Amino acid sequence: MSHYQLEIRVKPRPGLLNPEGKAIHHALNSLGWSGVADVRVGKAIYVDIEAASEEAAVDAAEAMCRKLLANPVTEDFEVALMGGTGGSAS
Amino acid sequence: MKVAVVTFPGSNCDYDLYKAVQQVGGAPSFIWHRERGLDGYDVVMLPGGFSYGDYLRAGAIARMSPIMEDVVTYANRGGPVFGVCNGFQILCEAGLLPGALIRNDTLRFESRDVFLRVERTDSMFTADYEAGQVLRIPIAHGEGNYEADKDTLERLEAEGRVVFRYVDADGAVTDEANPNGSWHNIAGIRNEQGNVLGMMPHPERSMEPLLGSTDGLPLFTSLIKSLAAAST
Repeated sequence: MSHYQLEIRVKPRPGLLNPEGKAIHHALNSLGWSGVADVRVGKAIYVDIEAASEEAAVDAAEAMCRKLLANPVTEDFEVALMGGTGGSAS
Repeated sequence: MKVAVVTFPGSNCDYDLYKAVQQVGGAPSFIWHRERGLDGYDVVMLPGGFSYGDYLRAGAIARMSPIMEDVVTYANRGGPVFGVCNGFQILCEAGLLPGALIRNDTLRFESRDVFLRVERTDSMFTADYEAGQVLRIPIAHGEGNYEADKDTLERLEAEGRVVFRYVDADGAVTDEANPNGSWHNIAGIRNEQGNVLGMMPHPERSMEPLLGSTDGLPLFTSLIKSLAAAST
């Protein structure tokens, strides 16, 4: 088994109202960033996991997203490998 | 009427529900989220509060509690399930009701009385109300903004599953009367079979004149009467 560090990005669905993003958008505009057209806030979840392979680690993270970490009604997700000991002989 | 009031770490309206059930002559019991088994209960209620600190998403972690597996089975067998506020959020996360409750569009925690219009009285939860009756009932939530995909929303309306809507004092659906940005001013919905009701406002806090409103009382009397009628 190898150790993997994953970043799970949970993103609000496009088109859905994102109140936090709207508030930050207004704040950025009022600070002078008038070119900011849209802001949406999601979340990043960092998971350390033991898995047999990179693929298995990502598969597990995607299953976590479907089961718990993301709400399919309002959110999309993507999983990115950040690092770990994966790939080394063990 | 034997009522299971399910409590989670962070529930804070459990005693309000318990008292409301007692007030109409029902027999409530607290069921801790780690317990199992709902056999013998006539109704299951999920109270308001901030289960698991609302971490991740409101209701998302509570929905994984051991007892929720039984709540889902109970509901799928046609057992009456009523979720208030955080209880509504948990029912949506558990898939017993469609859609999701996201951050209020005001970005504020809204804690105040609102007006609700009773949209459906053909329900075991609302039979004691008049159709179109306007209620004054408190809300207290930061994530009560009801959202769902377009097809779901259209189906909810077409099938008459919106049970309560935010309105003004005269019963008119307006943007100003909408405290959180919910689509079509939705405050409460039921499932297809009609045995599961979720709502953000707190009828269990509107049970005594001393507290400013008794508009929640008919919901509990409706339940007790429907169950009595069903068992005879």
